[in-house]
Amino acid sequence: MTTTPSVTAAAEVPKSGSSFGKLARRPETGSLLGMLLVFTFFAIFGGINFVTLGGLASWLNVASEIGIVALPIGLLMIAGELDISIGSVIPASSMTVAIVSGFYGAPMYLGVIAALGLGLVIGLVNGLLVVRTAVPSFIVTLGTLFAVAGLTLGISVLITGSTGVPIKAAPVAKALFGQFIGGKFEVTILWWLAALVVVGFVLHFTRYGNWLFALGGDKISARNAGIPTTRLTILLFMTSGFAAAFVGLCQAILYNSAQVSTGTSFIFNSIISVVIGGVLLTGGFGSVVGIAFGTMTFAIVSQGIFYTGFDANWASLIIGILLLVAVLMNNTFRTMALSYSSGKRQARK
Amino acid sequence: MTEPLLTMTHVNKSFGPIDVLFDISLKVYPGEVLCLLGDNGAGKSTLIKLLSGVFKPTSGTVEMAGQPVDFASPRDAAASGIATVHQFGGTFALMSIGRSFFVGQEPTRKFGPFTIYDRRTANAVAVKAVREFGITRIDDGDRLIGGLSGGERQSLAIARAVHFGARVLILDEPTAALGVKEAAHVLRIVLEARKRGLAVIFITHQVVHALTVGDHFAVLIRGALAADFRKGEKTREEITDLMAGGEAMAELEAEIEAHSAASPDHAASVAGA
Repeated sequence: MTTTPSVTAAAEVPKSGSSFGKLARRPETGSLLGMLLVFTFFAIFGGINFVTLGGLASWLNVASEIGIVALPIGLLMIAGELDISIGSVIPASSMTVAIVSGFYGAPMYLGVIAALGLGLVIGLVNGLLVVRTAVPSFIVTLGTLFAVAGLTLGISVLITGSTGVPIKAAPVAKALFGQFIGGKFEVTILWWLAALVVVGFVLHFTRYGNWLFALGGDKISARNAGIPTTRLTILLFMTSGFAAAFVGLCQAILYNSAQVSTGTSFIFNSIISVVIGGVLLTGGFGSVVGIAFGTMTFAIVSQGIFYTGFDANWASLIIGILLLVAVLMNNTFRTMALSYSSGKRQARK
Repeated sequence: MTEPLLTMTHVNKSFGPIDVLFDISLKVYPGEVLCLLGDNGAGKSTLIKLLSGVFKPTSGTVEMAGQPVDFASPRDAAASGIATVHQFGGTFALMSIGRSFFVGQEPTRKFGPFTIYDRRTANAVAVKAVREFGITRIDDGDRLIGGLSGGERQSLAIARAVHFGARVLILDEPTAALGVKEAAHVLRIVLEARKRGLAVIFITHQVVHALTVGDHFAVLIRGALAADFRKGEKTREEITDLMAGGEAMAELEAEIEAHSAASPDHAASVAGA
């Protein structure tokens, strides 16, 4: 019974369709198609304003903020973990910089260091809890999500007596973290691009990237192959804590004030971006380019809707459907990637 | 005859009060295939876990090339040249052949000031290594592991172990999940590994597969070495009987135990007497 497909496999010319196979095997192919589709849709229905510089800025600004968080979330997901505590690390970091440098009037760099340090510490706690307890990281970070949110609210009210603190950033800090370039483009776009380059390099061109894929593919085999899985996991959580703190910091400086509750939307938005970007939820598969496409797709939908005549409430519906379509499409592409030039599987279908 | 590469002397292993392995003494020679036969629960997997560094023996010694060894971890065992290939071979289904071949030991090259993963070398070496084992269908190191057949995955895993200097190759039921043709493929690769002077420990249920490649056979029954013989000393029927007989014996013993447990009076009177 199994002989017939093998015969067809042997008869197959190995080179045929290999360029298509190579394309299909890339995790970002599906997300690129999705992004082009969504962009075309809003370019048609959004009118001329959507394709102007202003339109570009509106979704790039959103994409950059989500994108900075989505990158480490994507890495965690490739490694088979998840971090939802970013939803409260962002406001915690905003409040930290606002309290240190705004409320107490300490030098700006102290506030920045304190905020980023806080992100690293929360990441370290997440990482240690995950590797020590072996509780799923979703539950661990759900716990720290609430714990950090409670701490932020409690300490903010205790110190400042309110849930919002104004901050007047020093010019250098403002220029680095919270200005609009050309009056439209947030400076975070540049940070996002830099992060894309760095993370893309590490994931796809260094051996550490290979370790991440192995970690997400099979943790025990990865450990047996000599990969320091524990250290790697902790480091990943610290990276996501750091990135979330960075975004919180930028927001506080950009809007000249910090609020206790401004981060929860980032949890789902970043996960959606990463999944649309072709990262496998169970780990072991994904790419930085894909994550970037996914983030842009999400941002185009959430901002593009305002350029159309439609009620903005429909944006969530589109994003929901998009997410489902993206997952299905990614599954299809992944199956194609797996069966590429393996005649046996193709013959069975 | 050459010196044994791996020697187990009076090895016992118990988990708490339960004895899993009892007084196992075995020798494995380079360039030989030792077939480890036995029913489920006979202690085959515990035995290979002892050799691959997952567990430590409760008592007894394991020697490698005459030197006593005491593995702290699977990595430790791998470093001294013991490689274990599990039933499904490579487990990173969504990684490319080149990448998974070199997991943890990636080749790198200089790219300006950076040290980067050398994809071309990795792919070339990995493809060459498997092709040397006769898997000519693999020609592209960028292909994903998940796209390979079960036999190809096994072969890749074996080629990987050999490439990284394994001297003892432990194959845990490599043919169990495979079809007839695929299994034949894996058996051929086992023979190739033997030809290269590796000591192969081949764990299997299938007497036919064992007889095809084995030089030396050991049958485990309920944690004890029930038979230890060389090729040609026993026929296929005898081996099958031995394994089946062991199974029947085990059932009988279990029944007696169950009976004495069910009637404590009897057990107590026996203990009293």
